[in-house]
Amino acid sequence: MTGQPVLEIRNLDVDYGLGDQAVHAVREVNLTLHRGEVLGLAGESGSGKSTLAYGLTRLLPPPGVISGGEVIYHPPGGEPYDVLGLSDRELRAFRWAETAIVFQGAMNSLNPVHKISTQLTDVIKAHQPNLSAAARTARAREMLRLVGISPDRMESYPHQLSGGMRQRVMIGMALALEPQVVIMDEPTTALDVVMQRQILGQLIELRERLGFSVIFITHDLSLLVEFSDRIAIMYGGRIVEEAPAETLYRDPMHPYSQGLLGSFPALRGPRRELAGIPGSPPDLRAMPTGCSFHPRCPKAFEPCPARLPILGQPDAPTGGGRTVACWLHPARVPVG
Amino acid sequence: MTLSNSAPAPAAGPASGPATEVVLEAVGLTKHFPVRRKLRDLFTREHAAVHAVDDVNLVLRRGHVTALVGESGSGKSTVARLLAQLYPRTGGDILLHGDAVTVKGGRRFRAYARRVQMIFQDPFASLNPVHTVRYHLTRALKIHGNAGRTADDLERALADLLGRVSLTPPERYLEKFPHELSGGQRQRVAIARALGANPEALLADEPVSMLDVSIRLGVLNLLRDLKERLNLAILYITHDIASARYFADETMVMYAGRMVEGGESETVTQNPAHPYTRLLIESAPDPDRISGLTADTGDRGNGEPPSLINPPAGCRFNPRCPNVMPRCTVDLPPRIEIGDRPGHWAACWLYDPATVAAQQPGSAAAATEEAAR
Ligand SMILES: Nc1ncnc2c1ncn2[C@@H]1O[C@H](COP(=O)(O)OP(=O)(O)OP(=O)(O)O)[C@@H](O)[C@H]1O
Ligand SMILES: Nc1ncnc2c1ncn2[C@@H]1O[C@H](COP(=O)(O)OP(=O)(O)OP(=O)(O)O)[C@@H](O)[C@H]1O
Ligand SMILES: [Mg+2]
Ligand SMILES: [Mg+2]
Repeated sequence: MTGQPVLEIRNLDVDYGLGDQAVHAVREVNLTLHRGEVLGLAGESGSGKSTLAYGLTRLLPPPGVISGGEVIYHPPGGEPYDVLGLSDRELRAFRWAETAIVFQGAMNSLNPVHKISTQLTDVIKAHQPNLSAAARTARAREMLRLVGISPDRMESYPHQLSGGMRQRVMIGMALALEPQVVIMDEPTTALDVVMQRQILGQLIELRERLGFSVIFITHDLSLLVEFSDRIAIMYGGRIVEEAPAETLYRDPMHPYSQGLLGSFPALRGPRRELAGIPGSPPDLRAMPTGCSFHPRCPKAFEPCPARLPILGQPDAPTGGGRTVACWLHPARVPVG
Repeated sequence: MTLSNSAPAPAAGPASGPATEVVLEAVGLTKHFPVRRKLRDLFTREHAAVHAVDDVNLVLRRGHVTALVGESGSGKSTVARLLAQLYPRTGGDILLHGDAVTVKGGRRFRAYARRVQMIFQDPFASLNPVHTVRYHLTRALKIHGNAGRTADDLERALADLLGRVSLTPPERYLEKFPHELSGGQRQRVAIARALGANPEALLADEPVSMLDVSIRLGVLNLLRDLKERLNLAILYITHDIASARYFADETMVMYAGRMVEGGESETVTQNPAHPYTRLLIESAPDPDRISGLTADTGDRGNGEPPSLINPPAGCRFNPRCPNVMPRCTVDLPPRIEIGDRPGHWAACWLYDPATVAAQQPGSAAAATEEAAR
């Protein structure tokens, strides 16, 4: 599954605002997306997931600024280049041809004054100008069906669709562009599980056919475990653990990952106590020293408040192919 | 932060315990949205409409959480909006403490909204981007007369509201604009705003689907605490049926505009009766089924959701149902008691012994037999 790298994020820093007022929302993130892979990105609200996604496509709303790092894109069969160094014109081409984002809250990014049919066919037209009008309409109907919407709703306006239906229209649009990299920021928060499974299943199937890669952002770790190849966990703007999905589920190393996994109500089996994670997320303006999770960490010990653990391959029997930033598992081979 | 494990004791279940006071009730609630038609359709007689909600009965009790789960687009938000009197209804009644009420805006709507508050599905749309958190909360407190008399009272009320949704310390959030908050933080502000009215009934439309798990637990615990402390009647709309199991006393399941199953949450989630509920439960994410995604996505879940403009005759789930019988495509199934637990029912012919005896599930033989008779 994991082929060549398609996107390499190196030491990425993203701030909101400048100078003393700056909030460091993403810090020193190193992450590689491989061709054909689904990479899950999970973490608490405010941990910087969306900021990372918008930073690497340079879609950050002001006052967001990229204050350091590189994002190396490897086009199929072409020379790699740094997305952060592109001119505005090159960037537009890159975004249009290579990436598609389904934004968090995408259900509101449909234009309220146009029908669904118009918005879908416009996207298709921009992407494939040679298609006839009839072919465009047919393609739009097919896309709606793909995301589980009856095509007789083509002529609806966005406000006439339910939240989940609007979300699905956005997913359909993103896939219509046949991109290399699809970034989905909480794409299925408004969907029931049957629909989620159906759409993610479609996505996986399309990925196998078209070979694109997916960055899938969510706080629903149970969903990620099932649908992604690898999972990266963010806390306070940093990646604190990264591992193949199954490894992360069976053997999470970072106490924060353990906390996340312990917070899900189970549908099956006996009703168990839900542990949750005590305390509240860190204030990005006044980050704790050392490991930023230490004030909430049940296993914190003496190095934690003092020194920042670096993300690296742990020195453990199950340490291959994974990284963690935790003093309980000091890095043998740091990344970055 | 722990979600207490005290299952809603069976004795306190909706049907068996001493009936708690009904706060809000829907009887035969129906909403059809007219569809604008093409010119040539004007000459035909029928009026096309989206059948968003049909004949829904629902009871919200004091100190009780009722979960409403179901497919995306099945009408859950529409039910909540109807209960909040944000839409006129096509049919049915809404009873507040037993009295039928219909309000169309103005002062009576305000009075109604003081007692019945809604939290919207979507925190991105529900907060005004040009106003701070302080503005949103102050306004809610003032409209509903809970701002107190002095500036100090107001400040205390604001801090209290933010504290209830764990946005602490309050000064970190009060002066923020919605775009300066993460998605989850925004939703907590929206919840705090609804609490500002001090309502009797809270209609929470997917209040936690945008929140991450740790905060989700906190907010669900908070809603449970409010239900217990303030005796709130809560409608909890969600697509996360596992959270309904933990958090709701009773769970109702909707499919394509109709209620298809209801009962105690533990019963509905552990012994689902309606084939749609079973599908819903089988589809819940299950990390122990890693890489089950390619194999089983092609099965029954893959049926197309029905058109609500021309809904299927009979049971609306019949085109996707693995247990479909000839009768299902013709007659609308009524609520039928399952009999395993008091109050557990499903709208499904499978639970009508006479129908099952007459029609072997899905077999063509049964159909031919019937034709021969
Ligand atoms: N425009 C802004 N100005 C200042 N701070 C901001 C701005 N936008 C976001 N932030 C802060 O940056 C941090 C990261 O936000 P981000 O939206 O990336 O989080 P997230 O992980 O996507 O959270 P969620 O799961 O809630 O969507 C948050 O603490 C947020 O308050
Ligand atoms: N104003 C409207 N005009 C026409 N149709 C509408 C309108 N509002 C909702 N509908 C339709 O009514 C049906 C039910 O919508 P509703 O928003 O209640 O669904 P839902 O169960 O809340 O779905 P979700 O889980 O996706 O939020 C949908 O088919 C929707 O398209
Ligand atoms: Mg986000
Ligand atoms: Mg809804």
